[in-house]
Amino acid sequence: MKHQQHRLIFKHIDEPGYTNDIDCYIKHGGYEQLKKAVTMKPEDICAEVLESGVRGRGGAGFPAGMKWKFLDRKSGKPIYLVCNCDESEPGTFKDREIVHQDPHQLIEGMMCSAFAIQAKLAFIYIRGEFFQGYKILERAIEEAREKNLLGDNILGSGYSCDIIVHRGAGAYICGEETGLIESIEGNRANPRIKPPYFPAALGLYQCPTIVNNVETLCDVKHIIEMGGKGFSEIGTPGNTGTRIWCVSGHVQKPGYYEFPCSAVTLGELIYDVCGGLKPGRKLKAVIPGGSSAKILRADERFTGKLKDGTEFDWGIEDIPMDFDSLMAVGSMSGSGGVIVMDDTTDMVEALANINYFYAHESCGQCTPCREGVPWMRKVTQRMVDGNAREEDADLLKNIADQIAGRTICAFGEAASWPVQSFIAKFKDEFVEKAREQAARRKDGKEAATETTLI
Amino acid sequence: MDLQSETIEKIDKLVPRYPTMKSAALPLCHLVQEDQGYLSKEAMEWIADRLDLQPINIMELVTFYPMLRTEPTGRHHIRVCRTLPCALAGAYQTCKKLEEAFNCKVGHTSADGEVTLEYVECHADCGKAPVVMVGEDEYTNITPESAEEFATKLKNGAL
Repeated sequence: MKHQQHRLIFKHIDEPGYTNDIDCYIKHGGYEQLKKAVTMKPEDICAEVLESGVRGRGGAGFPAGMKWKFLDRKSGKPIYLVCNCDESEPGTFKDREIVHQDPHQLIEGMMCSAFAIQAKLAFIYIRGEFFQGYKILERAIEEAREKNLLGDNILGSGYSCDIIVHRGAGAYICGEETGLIESIEGNRANPRIKPPYFPAALGLYQCPTIVNNVETLCDVKHIIEMGGKGFSEIGTPGNTGTRIWCVSGHVQKPGYYEFPCSAVTLGELIYDVCGGLKPGRKLKAVIPGGSSAKILRADERFTGKLKDGTEFDWGIEDIPMDFDSLMAVGSMSGSGGVIVMDDTTDMVEALANINYFYAHESCGQCTPCREGVPWMRKVTQRMVDGNAREEDADLLKNIADQIAGRTICAFGEAASWPVQSFIAKFKDEFVEKAREQAARRKDGKEAATETTLI
Repeated sequence: MDLQSETIEKIDKLVPRYPTMKSAALPLCHLVQEDQGYLSKEAMEWIADRLDLQPINIMELVTFYPMLRTEPTGRHHIRVCRTLPCALAGAYQTCKKLEEAFNCKVGHTSADGEVTLEYVECHADCGKAPVVMVGEDEYTNITPESAEEFATKLKNGAL
């Protein structure tokens, strides 16, 4: 294959004969980095993570080392580490594989991280639908405990830390770190306002807390192995390490593919890695970072300047797959979920589908989101039901503009960005939907046509 | 409350692991629901009592988290993902086929109590869409073309 994957986190995923028990993991060199970590100074591990430049793999892309640096160590309160395994951004399916096929990699990454931040207790918040994943993690933790890799006096280092696996129960908002913390505390997962509730200062039980994604915590293990500098040499400056791109939708070979950041373009990912589209189909649009990322239209030209000042002029296929390039074209790499749509896709239906999701998942705490997101859903549902109006596109944009930036957490943006970007890029289709329906009504026909996406 | 001794054992082991009792509320909801099939008013009161909380503290969780139920499901609980990647792969048509096969409208339990058919949101396996769960087990690539065969296998206990 022209574009060889570079599997770091997914090294053993789908490898024949590789099993998810501790013996197999140890046979493949597992827990050597934890052994090394407990002989290091915790602050030195933090320095390595900072130097690695690793950015959070959960969505926001915030440098993990920086997040750790914000940790309030002077409060005297216990420190908590939380692994965000609430993988639920539509289009994302990487953490599932790590948990199912290589759970000890996560546990090792977590224990290295817990030692580095001197956490008293660690949690894995796993989404409730991962029934098998929960059982696998529970078993893996017991295996690790038997070998003194977690629990009391880990490997004779004097450091103790346990992991509790905490199951969610179907609420997307628990992926938001402060909502997740509320959920562990036994409350509804209503996110907290920042400031003052930055988890690094006032997190779980009002104690300093670090919340990191599954993939990010696995990265820590590899950072200890190759050093922060070594890790930072993968990818490009500012976009270090590998990313697991989860490709779904209208491609021949959907799946997960791990590459160094920037190593492939969106075009290479779709056409070379995923075998392109089905015969006779043309690319219409791509959502590059989970369903809340802004959609990219296949015939757009993207021009501008990157952070480092380099000018770019790209078609959709030229966009390098990394944090900064996807941000530069007005979207984001988010959680790595690449949703591909071909020319059979009805954009009004696709947005109606997305709006349904966010309306279902709004926690209801902030008025603009609680009222606005279901309103957007109602409008797109009415449109596909045969009562589209030409002014609906403007109405949708208007509602979305009044949600984004006016809520406690980023869910307001997550729900608004799809609407804003679909309208910005496919407004003609929204207007056309109303005209087509009017024409059919005039001909005495049913205004609505059969839908496939909602 | 008539809980199996195994469930009680799990609960007694789990509660002291948490720094606060309240943190055990959601895990207990899961355990009791797994034992009873759903969370009755009595069950919610029992959990509250076990954790030194008020019943409202449990009820507010049950009404917030979609996986917690106040009614029993049919013998088979079928959850069809309808989120965009699954929809692009035909999930809505898959669900229609399942509705026909089980004579059950999505969002309902069939008259014979055999199945509860529900739409759910993204289950994080979009590379193998459409995704369908039956109870705690996940099945992938359940396309509109293969849905009927899937339903037959489920009916015959051959899944």
